[in-house]
Amino acid sequence: MESVLEIQERQKNLSVVPAAVQSSLSNNFVPVSDNHKIVARDINAYFGKVQALRNVSLSIPENSVVAIIGPSGCGKSTFLRSINRMHEIIPGSRITGSLTLDRKDIYQMDAVMVRKRIGMVFQKPNPFPTMSIFDNVAAGLKMNGMRKKARLKEVVEKSLRQAALWDEVKDSLSKSGISLSGGQQQRLCIARTLAVSPEVILMDEPASALDPISTSKIEELIYELKKQYTIVIVTHNMQQAARVSDFTAFFYLGSLIEYDETKTMFTSPRLKRTEDYITGRFG
Amino acid sequence: MTNAKVFQISRFLKTIEVELVNIRESPAEIQNFFKKSDEKKRSRFLKKILGDKNLGDIVFERLTLLFAVLVFLLVLFMAWEMYSNSELSINKFGWKFLITTTWDPYAENFSALPMIFGTIVSSLLALIIAVPLGLSVAIFLAELAPAWLEKPLSFLTELLAAIPSVVYGLWGIFVLVPWLRDVVEPFLQNQFPNSPFFQGAPYGYDMLAGGVILSIMVLPIISSISRDVLKSVPDPLREAAYGLGATKWEVTKTVFTNARSGILGAIILGFGRAVGETMAVVMVIGSRPQITASILKPASTIAGALANEFSEASSDLYLSALIELALILFVITIIINIFARLLVWGTERRWK
Ligand SMILES: Nc1ncnc2c1ncn2[C@@H]1O[C@H](COP(=O)(O)OP(=O)(O)O)[C@@H](O)[C@H]1O
Ligand SMILES: [Mg+2]
Repeated sequence: MESVLEIQERQKNLSVVPAAVQSSLSNNFVPVSDNHKIVARDINAYFGKVQALRNVSLSIPENSVVAIIGPSGCGKSTFLRSINRMHEIIPGSRITGSLTLDRKDIYQMDAVMVRKRIGMVFQKPNPFPTMSIFDNVAAGLKMNGMRKKARLKEVVEKSLRQAALWDEVKDSLSKSGISLSGGQQQRLCIARTLAVSPEVILMDEPASALDPISTSKIEELIYELKKQYTIVIVTHNMQQAARVSDFTAFFYLGSLIEYDETKTMFTSPRLKRTEDYITGRFG
Repeated sequence: MTNAKVFQISRFLKTIEVELVNIRESPAEIQNFFKKSDEKKRSRFLKKILGDKNLGDIVFERLTLLFAVLVFLLVLFMAWEMYSNSELSINKFGWKFLITTTWDPYAENFSALPMIFGTIVSSLLALIIAVPLGLSVAIFLAELAPAWLEKPLSFLTELLAAIPSVVYGLWGIFVLVPWLRDVVEPFLQNQFPNSPFFQGAPYGYDMLAGGVILSIMVLPIISSISRDVLKSVPDPLREAAYGLGATKWEVTKTVFTNARSGILGAIILGFGRAVGETMAVVMVIGSRPQITASILKPASTIAGALANEFSEASSDLYLSALIELALILFVITIIINIFARLLVWGTERRWK
């Protein structure tokens, strides 16, 4: 684990927070604001009798990257999955509180619609094993009933370019998706998510199963994608959170402990517990 | 117990005792081998024959291997036995046994084709009915049913497999055959008056009855194996589909596509079961070796013919032809089963 000083050093070279966001947040950061893209209030989530989230309230500004950090089992994935209503597909699960996307209640919308607007990338790359690279990227569109070959081709190429994979696979689009390396598979999954043109992308430890080079590719990608999308990323890796995110939320035992600009969070966290976690004293 | 028996047993025990004494007083080498002073040599020797395993493991391993080989040899022996016992028929008819169309014990003219036809067609009929049903059940159990419903329903479908086939046969005679004769077959003939498949007087004991009975019997195989195959598809795949905004139906389709070779295996295993099934079919199929397009006419299957005619086989040639029939059934079922198993294993292993 790097020391705080090293992280601070890194922070100096860090991506610039968008000007609009910066001005609104530089000093008095508001953790829950109705102006944000996604607003969660008093979220409690359960697996049967186990409560995984306790009164979590936070909001996610448009076109920013929010990192969620915290020790294993603290509810990071659960929070992510409650945003696009993936939590409810687990038998026995339950959720209370309010979640809005552009001020509309997510839990009043059609779940299928929600998941099209809020895409998800998982921890382990999970391309459809029976499908070619092309079909993997086109899968979401085909589910939406898109049949026009030319349009499909266009979207597949655009998505693969966005995911920085096009140059590597353009000559082998008909090969199986699982013939790619782990890092390429994960970028394929990102392309697959982009093809549905979501507004928000949720990433659950997208690089934790990958080697350092693939990891840095994914991080660069996140930096590019933030111009067009709102991104929430769960990560185990402090440096990664510091590198890619504008805001960081620290979860512990199902509760949101601290949520702030990433810069502030990593240089002068308000709470002792946050500092201990960030500096690697526990977790 | 008679005196003679007691005497026999005591003599047997005596021989064992003598053997034991012989071992104890065996040649010097062996005695040395077990002496404490030679401990190093002994352990080196043991190591050489045992490797790093202990003696119990070795014995257990060898014993299980022996039984496995024995089972395999038994199968080979059965095949060879059938082959040698059907030589009379094989020499007389040659390939004609498989391609001519009459099975006539009085004229001593035998061909397996009508029975092969009956076996295949009745089994295919069974699949036509059981595949859609069985797969629906499997999909419901694996993908849709809540946990509290899945267990009892799975149990019930598997219970179908435990009912003895003669019970199915009786049910066929008392319920199925009258129903087919009075309701289904007249209906089919009304709907398709010109179809070659529904010609002849509705009699009830016919190919259709055989197919329907078989379909009920293979349903649990198809549904339970397909359910296992579907369940072996890992959740991340389902989540990938959900995450793209797939509906429940689209997710199920995705899972199904990924499990298709295993499901094909399940269907073929069901087919294998149908091909080998004897009792229930014999009781309702009408037992007449003929090749007709109509499924409303009696037919005969290989297994059925064997069960029916073995006691009547009056000549050596007749008997030999029946045994050749058995050999054909044996080969067909083995090939079907190997093929299906490979498919099922292939899919289940892919996710490990
Ligand atoms: N499918 C599940 N069934 C029951 N409990 C679960 C399930 N998934 C997660 N949990 C529990 O919910 C809590 C939060 O889990 P999770 O959100 O996956 O944590 P994280 O992603 O931060 O490691 C943990 O205590 C975990 O044991
Ligand atoms: Mg997690």
